[in-house]
Amino acid sequence: MKPGHGEVVIAEGDVELPQDEARLVAEFRHQLDAGLWAAVPLAHADGHREAVMVRSFTEIPRDAERVIFFPRAAGG
Amino acid sequence: MVLALSVSALVALALVFDLIAPRVKELWARHLARRQIISEPVLDPGQERRAEQTARELLRSCVGEEEWAMYRELGFIRVWGTHTSARSGGVEHAYLIYAHKPIVAFAPQTGKLLGEYCVEFPDDTRPYGSSRLPDSDDVLAKWMALTGDERRLIATANLHMPGRQVDAAVVTRDLWRLSRWEQARMRDIASALDAHPQ
Repeated sequence: MKPGHGEVVIAEGDVELPQDEARLVAEFRHQLDAGLWAAVPLAHADGHREAVMVRSFTEIPRDAERVIFFPRAAGG
Repeated sequence: MVLALSVSALVALALVFDLIAPRVKELWARHLARRQIISEPVLDPGQERRAEQTARELLRSCVGEEEWAMYRELGFIRVWGTHTSARSGGVEHAYLIYAHKPIVAFAPQTGKLLGEYCVEFPDDTRPYGSSRLPDSDDVLAKWMALTGDERRLIATANLHMPGRQVDAAVVTRDLWRLSRWEQARMRDIASALDAHPQ
């Protein structure tokens, strides 16, 4: 998510392919190092939706379709 | 006589120069300032609108159908808190998420307003000159942070009494609108089930 832009795709790939996974891991670390939070939106079988906040690449469910990075929260 | 007049004229000229010199200097500086080229960001009036449209699509793809309909029709999303009451077994509190306003906590059983959690998601890199996310991105960020890690978000936010930034009367009215909206929605679902029993 970016001000003035909305959603921006920063990396795409298949985690089953080693070269793709390495690239995705590097981009994931880069975004977190830049101070962003990462979340994976989930849809359960009963229709319930929620997000999972992830702090490392290994916490991302292997079947996740996407990870959304957004600015870190700050007290307003 | 001529000498005296000349001296007087020189003195008068010096006095006049002292008087008008600052004014001339100021006018010259203003003239230069007007001619100076100041680089301004190129403003695109459609950019914010396009960003919001993109953000709405992302929000729609993440939250449930009910939450999306709630946001589209009422302008906010309700998120249930994770703490349940030992006595009733029900949810102790819930939140209303508004775009670029504090998250409002309330007791769903009574409708009592509990507090405002002031939180922002500023992008310090300020792409396009602004640190503010589009409205729907702000709502989605709050939704993800609340459903994903309620405790961390609440710990980050500044807690204030109800009504500090969001008018308590407006929130109370929104809760009433939400209950009416849910009743209508339940009636629609019941009608659909009656019409097409499975």
